[in-house]
Amino acid sequence: MTAAAPKDTWPAKLRRTRALVRKETYQVMRDPSSIAIGVVLPLILILLFGYGLSLDVKNVPLAVVIDEASDEAVGLVASFELSPYFEPQIARSMLRAQQLLLEQEVDGIVRIPSDFARQLNAGLADLQLIVHGADANRARIIQGYVQGAVTAWSLQRAVQGRSADSAPVTLQTRMWFNEANDSSFFLVPGLIVLVMTLIGALLTAMVMAREWERGTLEALLVTPVRSDEILIGKTLPYFLLGMIGLAVCVLAAKFLFQVPLRGSLWVLLGASMLYVLVALGIGLLISSWVKNQLVASQLTMLATFMPAFMLSGFLFDLRSMPAAVRLITYLLPARYYVALLQSVFLAGDVWSVIVPNTLVLAAMASVLALSSRAVMRKRLA
Amino acid sequence: MFDAILRILALTRKELLAVLKDRRSRMSLLVPPIVQALVFGYAASYDLNRVPYAALDQDRSAASQELLAGLDGSGIFERVADLHRVSDLAAYIDDRRALLVVQIEPDFERRLLSGAGADVQLIADGRNSNTAGTALGYVSSIVEQFNAGWRSAHGLAAAPIEITSRAWYNPNLETRWNMIPGMIGTLTLIQTMMLTAMSVAREREQGTFDQLLVTPFRPYEIMAGKALPSMVVGTIQASGVLLVAQLWFRIPFAGSYLTLYIGLLLFLLAAVGIGLLVSSVAVTMQQALLYSLLLIMPFSLLSGLTTPLRNMPLSLQYFTALNPLRYAIDITRRVYLEGVGLDLLWPDLWPLALIAAVTLAAASWMFSHRMQ
Repeated sequence: MTAAAPKDTWPAKLRRTRALVRKETYQVMRDPSSIAIGVVLPLILILLFGYGLSLDVKNVPLAVVIDEASDEAVGLVASFELSPYFEPQIARSMLRAQQLLLEQEVDGIVRIPSDFARQLNAGLADLQLIVHGADANRARIIQGYVQGAVTAWSLQRAVQGRSADSAPVTLQTRMWFNEANDSSFFLVPGLIVLVMTLIGALLTAMVMAREWERGTLEALLVTPVRSDEILIGKTLPYFLLGMIGLAVCVLAAKFLFQVPLRGSLWVLLGASMLYVLVALGIGLLISSWVKNQLVASQLTMLATFMPAFMLSGFLFDLRSMPAAVRLITYLLPARYYVALLQSVFLAGDVWSVIVPNTLVLAAMASVLALSSRAVMRKRLA
Repeated sequence: MFDAILRILALTRKELLAVLKDRRSRMSLLVPPIVQALVFGYAASYDLNRVPYAALDQDRSAASQELLAGLDGSGIFERVADLHRVSDLAAYIDDRRALLVVQIEPDFERRLLSGAGADVQLIADGRNSNTAGTALGYVSSIVEQFNAGWRSAHGLAAAPIEITSRAWYNPNLETRWNMIPGMIGTLTLIQTMMLTAMSVAREREQGTFDQLLVTPFRPYEIMAGKALPSMVVGTIQASGVLLVAQLWFRIPFAGSYLTLYIGLLLFLLAAVGIGLLVSSVAVTMQQALLYSLLLIMPFSLLSGLTTPLRNMPLSLQYFTALNPLRYAIDITRRVYLEGVGLDLLWPDLWPLALIAAVTLAAASWMFSHRMQ
């Protein structure tokens, strides 16, 4: 670049960037698949998963085996039937109940032994519970519910004066921010993270890789535009598309799934803008690194979707992971965005959560912007 | 017939070379499943082992100390603070320093000794209500133990009903046992399906697909030539995850390898069939990617891997009947953990065969239709 070097004055830069943004915007508007990624995809995903994902345990099918019919056994079964958590069915024999468990027709077996009534009146009865352990999380919750139902029943007997005393210590539990213990309250904000990660990274990864593959980026190079102007021109339209996707998700969360938004909309918006920038940056970096749509799309899926699903704290507790895995999670932008969204939606504007997490996201966004510029310059040179 | 097989093999060889000769693309197919299986194997667990909690002990008596010692000694809970005022409580929950606060009232021991029974307040951070619920379950079993100890120490009658609980197929109720076998299918689906869809879309975008069509290959031979390499890659990936499950995580394999691989091959055939169908509809790679994504996300999230299928509304449960991953996860889990044979897997196998047959037939119709 000698005599024909482009002018680097601010008005010239601005004019070139604006021209690029306009060109990119036309391209987005004319390609129905970009609009589909930005608007239709978030809508479909949030609907499907909002309704489809749930960890609430209700109407658990249980097989009940009664070895000896007695008033006590019938009373206990009746209390299971009245509970909204269970759907008990009487199994003729233990063998039949085991068959039902093996076929996963039931999630557990409650066996009332033959001398249950006599033991109970003597003050110490034994009850057998077998759960299908394949889904360990569900199995543990079922164990807890059965324990609760049996305790409630024996307490009721105590009140009626047919049994000894109540327990020495009773737990009074309260679940803050989610009193109804509704799993969609934390799953829906987490889903927003997944959706934003995917559309942000994919949009740009594909766009840049396509330009490299078709050689059109070299064509752009011979024009007076600079690499940072190309980056801005490429990012801005997709940033706006991502924000439309965010609006779709937040509206669905609030009005369709009734997730309360206890924090302020501005915090939500600011954090989301930062996160979309980070996601776009990851896409840019991957695509200018591999320059191949096939590999870029695979890498983007692997680097964004699966980690955001598994390692962000959206489903699984981060604190219980081994130290090495926890270290990896600190590198993931999704982790910070999940913490932000869960707090802003359910707890309100907790500044001690908001400030550190937004700072990390801001740092990540700037590092990604600088490094994609560096990678692109090197590649072009 | 013999010529056809030769042609298919030649095409398969060419495709495998195209995928594996580039180092980046080779690495992007072989390394991620293993790394993901290792990392997610540790991460994807609902089990808790480090729950930070704060104690607000207003009684400071022997009994309250004993109860808290039960929590500290469980190996699950870590006491991060001893609070003195009720007003401190909210801050610890709000900024996530503690998942739980245990509050013991000033008259705790007095009420216990008088036989009136005492209450313990437990406040949990419900921002992830599943984690909170699991932690509450742990606390209540610790309180249960405390009660039993207190009863026998003070000559009270034991609890009226004792529940003996056992979990079949996963005696220690470890989520990992459930998660990792399920990942064999999940981790292979994404790349197998995308590899198939994108490789045809790329040929089409670059115009080489038309060149393939003027060669002596028949449309079904081209399809088979595109399907086989993806299945080979998928089988290698699945075996890698299987090895991680057995050699690294040491989850005992209860079933037969033959049964498992029959199920996996049917699953891969269905996945490749869907990939081919996607590529026959898409014109550009971006479209192929978009369509595969639109399928992969629901497939992997609504598969029963992380949340149970039974919890879905009925209409969505019908939708998951079209999801090959749902059957694959059921097959791998049941063969791996329960050791069931082909007879019990029949309800999973025939839908996979049906999905494979329908998608392959539709894709082949689309391909030959476009040629005319």
